Amino acid sequence: MSVKSPAPERVITAGAPRPPRRVGFSQRLSRWDVKVSPYLYISPFFIAFAITGLFPLIYTGYVSVYEWKLLGGQGEFIGFENFAAILAHDVFWKSLRNTFSIFLLSTVPQVAVAIVLAALLDQNLRARTFWRMGVLLPYVVAPVAVGIIFGRLFADQSGLINAALGVFGLDPVRWHVEPLPSHIAIATMVNFRWTGYNALIFLAAMQAVPRDLYEAAIIDGAGRIRQFFSITVPQIRATIIFVVLTSTIGGLQIYDEPRVFDELGRGGSSQQWMTTTLYLYDVGWGTQRNLGRAAAVAWILFLIVIVIGSINFALSNRIASSGGHGPQRRSRRQRRAAARSTRRP
Amino acid sequence: MSSVPAIRQSAGAGAARAARRARPNVGGYERRPGIVTYVLLGVALLVGIAPIYYTLLLGSSDPVAIAQSPLPQIFPDASLFQKFGEVMNSNAFDFWQAFRNSLIVSTVTAASTVLFSTLAGFSFSKLNFRGRRPLLVFVIATMAVPTQLGVIPLYIIMAKMQWVGTLQAVIVPALVTAFGVFWMTQYLEEALPYELVEAARVDGASMFRTFWSIAMPAARPAAAMLALFTFVTQWTNFFWPSIVLNQTNPTLPVALRLLQANYFVDYSLVMAGVFIVTLPLIILFVFAGRQLVAGIMAGAVKG
Repeated sequence: MSVKSPAPERVITAGAPRPPRRVGFSQRLSRWDVKVSPYLYISPFFIAFAITGLFPLIYTGYVSVYEWKLLGGQGEFIGFENFAAILAHDVFWKSLRNTFSIFLLSTVPQVAVAIVLAALLDQNLRARTFWRMGVLLPYVVAPVAVGIIFGRLFADQSGLINAALGVFGLDPVRWHVEPLPSHIAIATMVNFRWTGYNALIFLAAMQAVPRDLYEAAIIDGAGRIRQFFSITVPQIRATIIFVVLTSTIGGLQIYDEPRVFDELGRGGSSQQWMTTTLYLYDVGWGTQRNLGRAAAVAWILFLIVIVIGSINFALSNRIASSGGHGPQRRSRRQRRAAARSTRRP
Repeated sequence: MSSVPAIRQSAGAGAARAARRARPNVGGYERRPGIVTYVLLGVALLVGIAPIYYTLLLGSSDPVAIAQSPLPQIFPDASLFQKFGEVMNSNAFDFWQAFRNSLIVSTVTAASTVLFSTLAGFSFSKLNFRGRRPLLVFVIATMAVPTQLGVIPLYIIMAKMQWVGTLQAVIVPALVTAFGVFWMTQYLEEALPYELVEAARVDGASMFRTFWSIAMPAARPAAAMLALFTFVTQWTNFFWPSIVLNQTNPTLPVALRLLQANYFVDYSLVMAGVFIVTLPLIILFVFAGRQLVAGIMAGAVKG
């Protein structure tokens, strides 16, 4: 190998007319290579983020204080008028209520079911990979497809769910009319697609739990359920926080499923399932074609995501570490230290 | 009632394990779980498959039957293929164009995300440079920024560049992701020994050559997962394409929406369309799902 590999450098310098300077040049080239390469390699991400992430973030703030129509383009500076108009608009508050309702209905059951599913998978199963893959299968169904399928399943007149309810002698639910049922239907779509995915993330965390903890618990006479709550859940709380956070960020921006829940895509006849992102789209590209106001919606949504995300983080941290005794608290500190050391390359 | 045998079983397992303590316990519990576990997992599996199967049923029924009964038949029949044909020759949109668009977008973004993320991951995990740590922290922090926030300026940019309606508008913002960079950094950190990088350098390989012949092969398992993940994400992506692409040049999810809007009476056609759009991913999943599962598992352990 040591014989072969100088070859490429000779190739680089072969074009140079004077061979004597070759060593110096290739050394300089190599030093330059070492210095610049790392930055060169990470630059695609930073360039991409600057153009498609950071700049839009700032520019959205800029657009939000202007009169700005989809077709007419930039108008005059109007300060916070767009924000005031949005906050005075009933539909905005309605969309916020819908978003929170759908978000809670999807995140809470999803995380709970995912943990239980992961606990089931975290055993010495036969055909282990088959079960894991099976649980992940709904993840490959596009949200739009999920929306159309469940839109049919939850159809008011000829839906399978209502037919099944009828078998039990229950009245049909008007999924596309009443607010709460429509939220449940939409949350079901989100749960369908993401529960298995989150279960696998939990499962991965569970597999890292030291097995001798369970052995000790078994010797102490703890049953399955006791083991689950006293060992598994506390041990994977970092992952629980991670999943809750990511589903919060995703849940507050929910768009695809409510968009295709009916044919019109405008969140229902009285906006009973219009979410805030759907509202953003409607203001910007739908009825009003007002990008300035849509930008104001985007910024308000951004602030909400940050606030809820922080509360969420603080809360799940608190819950996860409450009831903890000495060793638990110590292990959190250790965890932080570990996180710090992994971050350092 | 069911807890009594459970406890007895666990006590038995504990005793059994105590007797075999010397044996390394790598793959989880050694005891095989009981039937209840399989039944519960089976139920979960059914819940996952049922809606897809229901799609097939509705897709092979005629519109009248759908309007009359929520469950027109128990098994899909041959008329499904006729419906597939109808979707492919639909007037609402050009199916093959949409298919090609989706394929191009998903493939190009998957390839570029893997390449750029691995490059950045190699740099962050194995190379020394000033500001490496704060820059990596910055990359991770950007994951918390909601992507949909920037839609308006991004749209304005695309409009100014006259990219609205073209595939570049979908591809370019997705060329590399923070998740990908973070993912490859984490993986290469452990999977690529420093000694290998040093050896290549001592042998006179250039930085890029080192990356290409040493880091790239080492990154292959994680790269496979990242490629699959990106492919699925882009194939199913709807929000941004629905804004920036117009109806004459859609990707499959956008086209599906058109199909629903134009033919909302004929649900069998819509459902056949839903299945056709999903089918390529199901095929991909059957062949490469193992990798995707293994990847999710590997990544989350470190997270």
